[in-house]
Amino acid sequence: MKKAKWLVPTIYIIFLMLPIYWLLNMSFKTTTEIINTYTLWPQEFTLDNYKKIFTDSTWYTGYLNSIYYVVMNTMISVAAALPAAYAFSRYKFLGDKHLFFWLLTNRMAPPAVFALPFFQFYSSVNLFDTHVAVALSHCLFNIPLAVWILEGFMSSVPKELDETAYVDGYSFWRFFFKIFIPTITAGIGITMFFCFMFSWVELLLAKTLTAVAAKPIAATMTRTASTSGYELGLLAAAGSLTIIPGAIVIYFVRNYIAKGFALGRV
Amino acid sequence: MNKTVNQKAWFFVIPVFVLVAFNAIIPLMTVVNYAFQETFGNNVFMWEGTRWFKQIMLSERFHASLGRQFLFTFIILFIQIPLGIAIALTMPKEGIGVPVCLVLMSMPLLIPWNVVGAMWNIFALPDIGFLGNSLNALGFDYNFTQQIGDAWFTTILMDVWHWTSLVVLLSYAGLRSIQPAYYQAAEIDGASRWAIFTKIELPKMKKVLTIAILLRFMDSFMIYTEPFVLTGGGPGNATAFLSIDLVKMALGQFDLGPAAAMSLIYFFIVLLVCWVFYTLMMRNEEKS
Repeated sequence: MKKAKWLVPTIYIIFLMLPIYWLLNMSFKTTTEIINTYTLWPQEFTLDNYKKIFTDSTWYTGYLNSIYYVVMNTMISVAAALPAAYAFSRYKFLGDKHLFFWLLTNRMAPPAVFALPFFQFYSSVNLFDTHVAVALSHCLFNIPLAVWILEGFMSSVPKELDETAYVDGYSFWRFFFKIFIPTITAGIGITMFFCFMFSWVELLLAKTLTAVAAKPIAATMTRTASTSGYELGLLAAAGSLTIIPGAIVIYFVRNYIAKGFALGRV
Repeated sequence: MNKTVNQKAWFFVIPVFVLVAFNAIIPLMTVVNYAFQETFGNNVFMWEGTRWFKQIMLSERFHASLGRQFLFTFIILFIQIPLGIAIALTMPKEGIGVPVCLVLMSMPLLIPWNVVGAMWNIFALPDIGFLGNSLNALGFDYNFTQQIGDAWFTTILMDVWHWTSLVVLLSYAGLRSIQPAYYQAAEIDGASRWAIFTKIELPKMKKVLTIAILLRFMDSFMIYTEPFVLTGGGPGNATAFLSIDLVKMALGQFDLGPAAAMSLIYFFIVLLVCWVFYTLMMRNEEKS
């Protein structure tokens, strides 16, 4: 029994890696090999698909656009959520519970419901096809999530910390930035991870709100799949590259994940 | 924690309130606007009252996609929650295995949803995909673009692949918060493995599991991109879940009135289920 314990996670990880391997496998094949034969690994190993992506600006700007609005969104979400989460964790005020649930309802709103009104709304304020538009629209689900997670972390910090600081003559903002924020760095790390994750993976709103200038990589891929023939190798290479930013982010927060989850709410 | 009453705390909430209201209330009002009126473009509107709501509530198309949506959500919850707990229980608790498991298991969570769909499409293609080819080689007549059963099987497998890790991470975090003293006490009492699970581990995981179920419910109920890329809602309408059907109606056919009415009903269902969950969760928290 003891020895067989590693078996379950191992099988699960193999199951997780198989489709990813298949995508990588495809990305190193030539189109003729993909269409004509079924091979478990590339017979004629090629980097052409990747070369195309890194040299063609319609491809690589997609990545830059995505990273640009994701980072912007993460910054906005966390910055706005920090004071709000503090208020929810420390104070009672008129309508606090209702407000908290109302925030959560926006995390529940299906993006499909909002796609068309968002398009009209952002067009009417002249923000259509800008990075700001996507970053702001992703606040719809990321801010509630950020408030939810941060509130969990802040509630686990004893209130005595605040009181001691005030007795020591700290002003509120000095206490907030010098003492409080450093004590919840793990929580902020986890929050940023989740904001990054949900903004990076979302496509429906990002695609609806952009045309050319701020088009995310994921949307570029969709277009390729439907119009310019079925270039599977290119598609696979583009897909493989979208895994990298996520993998880097996970690597940095790997120690926070387990610890952070245990402390916070999510 | 005992909180002090402080109405000035509203000032802290204002940025969040403004940002979310900007994104939520104005577009939602647009939806409400469309739901009660008929439009021929150019901002000309005619009052229709509840006609669109009646039309949607009575339409077989809506019943069918709602039924598919509930079936799908129940199946994936039924698979992912127990599977996630089982994997979390067997994961290593210390050593190099911990970061390795965490990093590898989180990978699917950070892949853009349409890439997930595209990846599974390539993986499941009956001729050149590993899954499709293997199943056919084993003698199954597998083709997810043609057969309804196969399309469902592939969509569910994809979702299990994509999201089980979230349940694993949450359950694992819940398990880690159990103090070793509990296990030592159980060992002294000679408790069986099953007793440890039901009497110690499960109660301790209750909070994170509620969150896991809530998140999985919300996200699977609004699933759009992955099945859209994988099957396009097909074959026929077999995997056209609520969001896919809605987008088809709103952006494809431009039936704005019925689509808006459907949006509101859709949102209302999600809200209702989540409110029940949320109330239960808060009640639990107050008890403990």
